[in-house]
Amino acid sequence: MAAEREPPPLGDGKPTDFEDLEDGEDLFTSTVSTLESSPSSPEPASLPAEDISANSNGPKPTEVVLDDDREDLFAEATEEVSLDSPEREPILSSEPSPAVTPVTPTTLIAPRIESKSMSAPVIFDRSREEIEEEANGDIFDIEIGVSDPEKVGDGMNAYMAYRVTTKTSLSMFSKSEFSVKRRFSDFLGLHSKLASKYLHVGYIVPPAAEKSIVGMTKVKVGKEDSSSTEFVEKRRAALERYLQRTVKHPTLLQDPDLRQFLESSELPRAVNTQALSGAGILRMVNKAADAVNKMTIKMNESDAWFEEKQQQFENLDQQLRKLHVSVEALVCHRKELSANTAAFAKSAAMLGNSEDHTALSRALSQLAEVEEKIDQLHQEQAFADFYMFSELLSDYIRLIAAVKGVFDHRMKCWQKWEDAQITLLKKREAEAKMMVANKPDKIQQAKNEIREWEAKVQQGERDFEQISKTIRKEVGRFEKERVKDFKTVIIKYLESLVQTQQQLIKYWEAFLPEAKAIA
Amino acid sequence: MMEGLDDGPDFLSEEDRGLKAINVDLQSDAALQVDISDALSERDKVKFTVHTKSSLPNFKQNEFSVVRQHEEFIWLHDSFVENEDYAGYIIPPAPPRPDFDASREKLQKLGEGEGSMTKEEFTKMKQELEAEYLAIFKKTVAMHEVFLCRVAAHPILRRDLNFHVFLEYNQDLSVRGKNKKEKLEDFFKNMVKSADGVIVSGVKDVDDFFEHERTFLLEYHNRVKDASAKSDRMTRSHKSAADDYNRIGSSLYALGTQDSTDICKFFLKVSELFDKTRKIEARVSADEDLKLSDLLKYYLRESQAAKDLLYRRSRSLVDYENANKALDKARAKNKDVLQAETSQQLCCQKFEKISESAKQELIDFKTRRVAAFRKNLVELAELELKHAKVEYVSRARWLTPVIPALWEAKAGRSRGQEIETILATTGNLQLLQNCLAVLNGDT
Repeated sequence: MAAEREPPPLGDGKPTDFEDLEDGEDLFTSTVSTLESSPSSPEPASLPAEDISANSNGPKPTEVVLDDDREDLFAEATEEVSLDSPEREPILSSEPSPAVTPVTPTTLIAPRIESKSMSAPVIFDRSREEIEEEANGDIFDIEIGVSDPEKVGDGMNAYMAYRVTTKTSLSMFSKSEFSVKRRFSDFLGLHSKLASKYLHVGYIVPPAAEKSIVGMTKVKVGKEDSSSTEFVEKRRAALERYLQRTVKHPTLLQDPDLRQFLESSELPRAVNTQALSGAGILRMVNKAADAVNKMTIKMNESDAWFEEKQQQFENLDQQLRKLHVSVEALVCHRKELSANTAAFAKSAAMLGNSEDHTALSRALSQLAEVEEKIDQLHQEQAFADFYMFSELLSDYIRLIAAVKGVFDHRMKCWQKWEDAQITLLKKREAEAKMMVANKPDKIQQAKNEIREWEAKVQQGERDFEQISKTIRKEVGRFEKERVKDFKTVIIKYLESLVQTQQQLIKYWEAFLPEAKAIA
Repeated sequence: MMEGLDDGPDFLSEEDRGLKAINVDLQSDAALQVDISDALSERDKVKFTVHTKSSLPNFKQNEFSVVRQHEEFIWLHDSFVENEDYAGYIIPPAPPRPDFDASREKLQKLGEGEGSMTKEEFTKMKQELEAEYLAIFKKTVAMHEVFLCRVAAHPILRRDLNFHVFLEYNQDLSVRGKNKKEKLEDFFKNMVKSADGVIVSGVKDVDDFFEHERTFLLEYHNRVKDASAKSDRMTRSHKSAADDYNRIGSSLYALGTQDSTDICKFFLKVSELFDKTRKIEARVSADEDLKLSDLLKYYLRESQAAKDLLYRRSRSLVDYENANKALDKARAKNKDVLQAETSQQLCCQKFEKISESAKQELIDFKTRRVAAFRKNLVELAELELKHAKVEYVSRARWLTPVIPALWEAKAGRSRGQEIETILATTGNLQLLQNCLAVLNGDT
């Protein structure tokens, strides 16, 4: 086992300990769904951990702590800095002003991390000890559920409030189990805060559920029909998946905003997530500007890995979209099938009633009953189709959009670096001119500017490398997650299909003797 | 494009023996046996080869075949309907016109859209459409055959001269389809008939048996119509769901070939499974179609024929009563008494003849109906069971290799092999269920 694993960045002792820990327990208590990808995956040490809890979203943090120690350091450092610095406020405010504000703390940190890495082994060991403690102690997990949607208020100001329940044994939370009430715009607010902090540094932030004006209006107006309940259920499930994905991400988990979201009972209303607010319009303008920029930036891709990955994601996107369309068609047809089966059942019952041969009449009524039960089955199957398969696909389509966004940010970063280099060049030329023209004070100014811009160029380069590194790691993580997710869901879905078949067999077996009994 | 599908006949000989008499329980009689041994589909017509085996003296040979087209069947049916002598019998309903339009359109659309899909998708869809075409083809052959068999089995109708001509005359009967004028005449005739039917049905029948039958048939006919329509729709949605599996399968296949990670093997396997599922689901829907929808459609037509019989009888009853009244009037006036008497006699005879045969016919109808329903419902249940089991086993079987393969990576081969051996040694469904329970629940 150890041979297959690529050794973690610093030291090998820890992972082996971890594994010894796991082998003692029975690994395969969990369902099919927690099974891992093939042994060739580079981080199998994580697998045992995953199998411990029956929860598919639970065990992630263990692996996280194991492999992403660097990240944790980084995250902690970021936290420490931001807790002290006055820049805390802008970060927490919901103003997603592009890229500028949050960058500053990072720049302060960067040199610190550099120096820290010298003494990194010490810190590493310390944190690893911590990890070991936690692993020895409770199961290191966090479990989130979104439930109990209730309608609050009336008329157009009404909204749905969801209960967010967190069960965790992480030490950073004050309690081990708590729940709060949140509304949809709170979720959107959380997402925009996380996005503004992390997206441009290369982290793939899971996208939030989508706004739906039609759906919400129906709920507000108070229509108590099946489509609005379906809508609420769909949204609830989407929000739950969103939170689960977010906490799986090691860096995002450490974020104070996320903690505040999960813990504090009162959250400042995120007004600027409304579509028609000032911030909303600003967002739209930014999006348009970004689109234009993307077309004009011609990046010199020095790293083939990025190009390859981008192409890969493009293809994946297309394929997923196609698959999604097919699955939606299946959901639609199955619903139709269920409706038609119900209609037929009724009709067969009536036919049975009018038939005057008693045995045949009874058999026909039985047939009607069987068909009705089958209709129920079809309905359930349609739900399964939808919630498992189709929603997974649409989630991933949105996730890939986020991934593409991250790649775009990298491009913008490169652009900034390029611009800084060009400006530096210009300043140097200006200085040279000043030298020739011999204006001492202007020369001084020029020299200052040059120094400033040199620093900026260096900063730009560092940023670019940082974002590239982060993206590589994130993409690796994303790929693993994706593989696991897909396998889990598809297997679960197939199991549901098997269940359906079982039921079908039972029903028809019950009907057969009745049919044979017709004299 | 249609010419390529002329290998219909081969399929017929294999599977079609079972399709014979699907809807009607028929006794095959040594004296006269009729079947459709072959069929050819040309540009827009279908040519049926009607094969007769008979020991009756009025045929020149004991065994012979002729080629007939759909219009000739209709001609035969109409000749029965128009024949006054057969007013007291349920005329077997005419087979529906072979309708390949929908299928042809789809095939054409497929040809047009060939450029926009991958080769595998195209071949898959083409196969699908060809199978559909074949199914429709087989059905229409079966329905024509059933018509002929019913006529052959009927003690009176089988002696009909037109029928013998139909069976034996080996040249073109030169029967043309009805032209516009005749179709219009038919249309008016039908309108008159239905109006008349309403009037006639208002007359209460003296005979309880017929009264009961009338109410029963009316209701039954309506309900069968409803059930047949709904069953049709259900079968169709079933089929479209099965088609979706096809598309999902090909998308997954594309995903599998695209991907560079090891999930691609997983995707390929899943796509295979979906393909299998689709085939099974398509067969389920085809079987449902055959056993249920076709049954209901056939009995829709038969109950209509039975209603027609009742109508004719009521008509003749009304005529009889009118003749009685006319006779009374004539006697009162003492004019044309003889004429009135003879016409009354005729009407009386006619009515009685019809009533007698009608009673027997209706009883036969009921027996036939019950038998046909029983046969088809039993077969439907058996087929559904068979398919469900096959699908279940194939899915479960698919799931288990995946699991051991994944487990091997971690814990070793033992558990996976355990499951495999269980599956291999016993095809027992129960055991399979236990296995799955084991996998799902606990170690």
